[in-house]
Amino acid sequence: MAGAEKPMFAMDGNDVPFEPGQTILQAALAAGRYVPHLCFHPEFKPHGSCKLCTVKINGRTVASCTTLAKQGDEVESETPEIQDLRRNLVQFLFVEGNHFCPSCEKSGSCMLQAVAYDLGVMAEHFSPFFPSRPIDASHPDVLLDFNRCILCELCIRASAEVDGKNVFALSGRGAKKHLIVNAESGRLADTRLAVEDKAMDVCPVGVILRKRRGFQVPIGERKYDQHPIREVAVGKATARHASGKPSPQGPSKEGA
Amino acid sequence: MAKTLTIDPVTRIEGHSKITILLDDAGNVEDARFHVNEFRGFEKFCEGRLLWEMPGITSRICGICPASHLVTSAKAGDEILAIGIPEAADKLRRIITLAQWVQSHALSFFHLSSPDLMLGFDSDPAARNLFGLIAAHPEFARRGIRLRKFGQEIIEVLGGRRIHTPWAVPGGVREPFTAAGRDRLLAGIPEALATTQMAIATLMLMFERHAKEIPAFGNFDTMHLGSVRADGALEYYGGTLRLRDADGNTIADGIEPRDFDKHFAEKTEPWSYLKFPYYAPLGPEKGIYRVGPLARLNVCDFIETPLAEAERLKFKALGGGAGAVNNSFHYHYARLIEVLFAVEKLEQLLRDPATLDEHVRSKASINRHEGVGATEAPRGVLFHHYKVDDDGVIQSVNMLIATAQNNLAMNRAIRQLAKHHLTGVAEITEGLLNRLEAGIRCFDPCLSCSTHAIGQMPLLVELTRADGSLLARRAR
Repeated sequence: MAGAEKPMFAMDGNDVPFEPGQTILQAALAAGRYVPHLCFHPEFKPHGSCKLCTVKINGRTVASCTTLAKQGDEVESETPEIQDLRRNLVQFLFVEGNHFCPSCEKSGSCMLQAVAYDLGVMAEHFSPFFPSRPIDASHPDVLLDFNRCILCELCIRASAEVDGKNVFALSGRGAKKHLIVNAESGRLADTRLAVEDKAMDVCPVGVILRKRRGFQVPIGERKYDQHPIREVAVGKATARHASGKPSPQGPSKEGA
Repeated sequence: MAKTLTIDPVTRIEGHSKITILLDDAGNVEDARFHVNEFRGFEKFCEGRLLWEMPGITSRICGICPASHLVTSAKAGDEILAIGIPEAADKLRRIITLAQWVQSHALSFFHLSSPDLMLGFDSDPAARNLFGLIAAHPEFARRGIRLRKFGQEIIEVLGGRRIHTPWAVPGGVREPFTAAGRDRLLAGIPEALATTQMAIATLMLMFERHAKEIPAFGNFDTMHLGSVRADGALEYYGGTLRLRDADGNTIADGIEPRDFDKHFAEKTEPWSYLKFPYYAPLGPEKGIYRVGPLARLNVCDFIETPLAEAERLKFKALGGGAGAVNNSFHYHYARLIEVLFAVEKLEQLLRDPATLDEHVRSKASINRHEGVGATEAPRGVLFHHYKVDDDGVIQSVNMLIATAQNNLAMNRAIRQLAKHHLTGVAEITEGLLNRLEAGIRCFDPCLSCSTHAIGQMPLLVELTRADGSLLARRAR
């Protein structure tokens, strides 16, 4: 066997090589095998909160983004059972927020939408909560639409770890948990957020948007309109726009 | 015994509705009602969204006239930004507005109404549709379908997609036009012109064929409302509003769209989701008016393009010396004259080098808290009225849709048709049913656009004097 010195685990019956210290998700993506995920971003430490990357290892369900790969593991990923669980998780996310793709600027480059398509989510299935979450349009350059937040905490991590600003945080517990900004007034305009910040470019959904850029890339020509997420996520497809125009939300850093 | 006849659903219109005819004990028609029983709610759920999103959201109201909502919404946004828009943006918005006319009017005439006109009101209902038309008159149907396609193609070239483009924004449009796009569209003008002229010639034959029917086809006096340019020309994107009565006397002129709520009021009925607007000074009975092609041709003094103006003069003659054409059947003719105008005017605009300027968007922040936009949508004047906070977040939305403004007139038209075709005979023929539907179709109503009466309809009480002026108003 070529590269016999590299350890391997098995995913859905296929050998997946890994470097020591890699998680199952990292190794799978590197090997070109897609595992649905939302809160994972290659530039940040694994977070393990969305649980969409759940797999079954030796009969036990675990988040593959926070589980280190081990030689000889038997990993089940795209089995009907696991895919059903993932589909339910995505449906939960849709009903917990207000996700109206037809009028959303992120449509076509939204990971939640793309993952839902990948999993074959055709309807919400559960009763929507229809929460009341006013948008924050106070910042001159940035719109915050809390309706679409899936609590992945990527903006929180980016603002704290990269920008050193701590603009975002979560507040509340359980079903009332929600995204807030770090200002006495509660308004984004009163934070230190700037459009150049890393936090601007990591939102997998349509919460953090640059103003006056909406729909500059037409629907149909966006990242996941061009290639399914399972190709984009493993690097088989480069995100590009047919029109050759720049990304509507800055230089191509809309999550992984 | 009193009896109710129901037609449900009404077919070959945009949206879902039903008609009921109420008969008295003697079997005579007491009343006929056009019920709009679908419900949308855009006015409510746009609250809390950002002003700049509104053109994209409201274009979703309708798959037939998305460009009209798009442009009207953007104009309301211009008012709130309180800025002028670049010349190229103004002209491009004009182009897409006219393209919308071509697309929608072609659909109304060829796809929806021609089966009645060409195949006959008493023909087999199973074949009285577009497919029956294709079978009987393939070349006519094909050319009609291509005319509609031309209108959609313009929208696609400008806006990037045929329907629901979010291309216009407060302050202008998102993308400049290109010479390649212009050349592609100019190439389609000659065929569009020829098809429109062919359609008008065909309609003239239909006038002869249905000569007996036409006089009772929604023929009644109302006022007419439409936009005119400062010099009195037919207007479609800008201008001010003019109201003329059934004799052609000007009742009101120079109404700025932003003042529309000072001149027009709305009443509601428990049996329909569609509101009933009327000219406020005259009250809900006498304040009835029509909008759309018939009304626009009645209120304008002339059309700026030669072929359409020549047809307008012939149209005027149909009024028989009266100052206005009051027969709803002639919506069809007016609609085709407007297509003719649109095609002629599109050629002028497309040849205008100013449309290729790259500066297409003025940027500004919120400078007013309220704005009204109006354009002439295919079915009549369309208003979007927004209120926003300092950040541009929408606080309230009111949209006055063309079809709603024709609501009183549509009800009157079906009452007239029912009374004319159902006098003391309890028999309901297929022909009668279809005539009622065809009466509605003259107005080319778009119900998906026009039903926004959520949460207000059964809860609003208005007390009016005999002259219709409002004494008191209470909403729960």
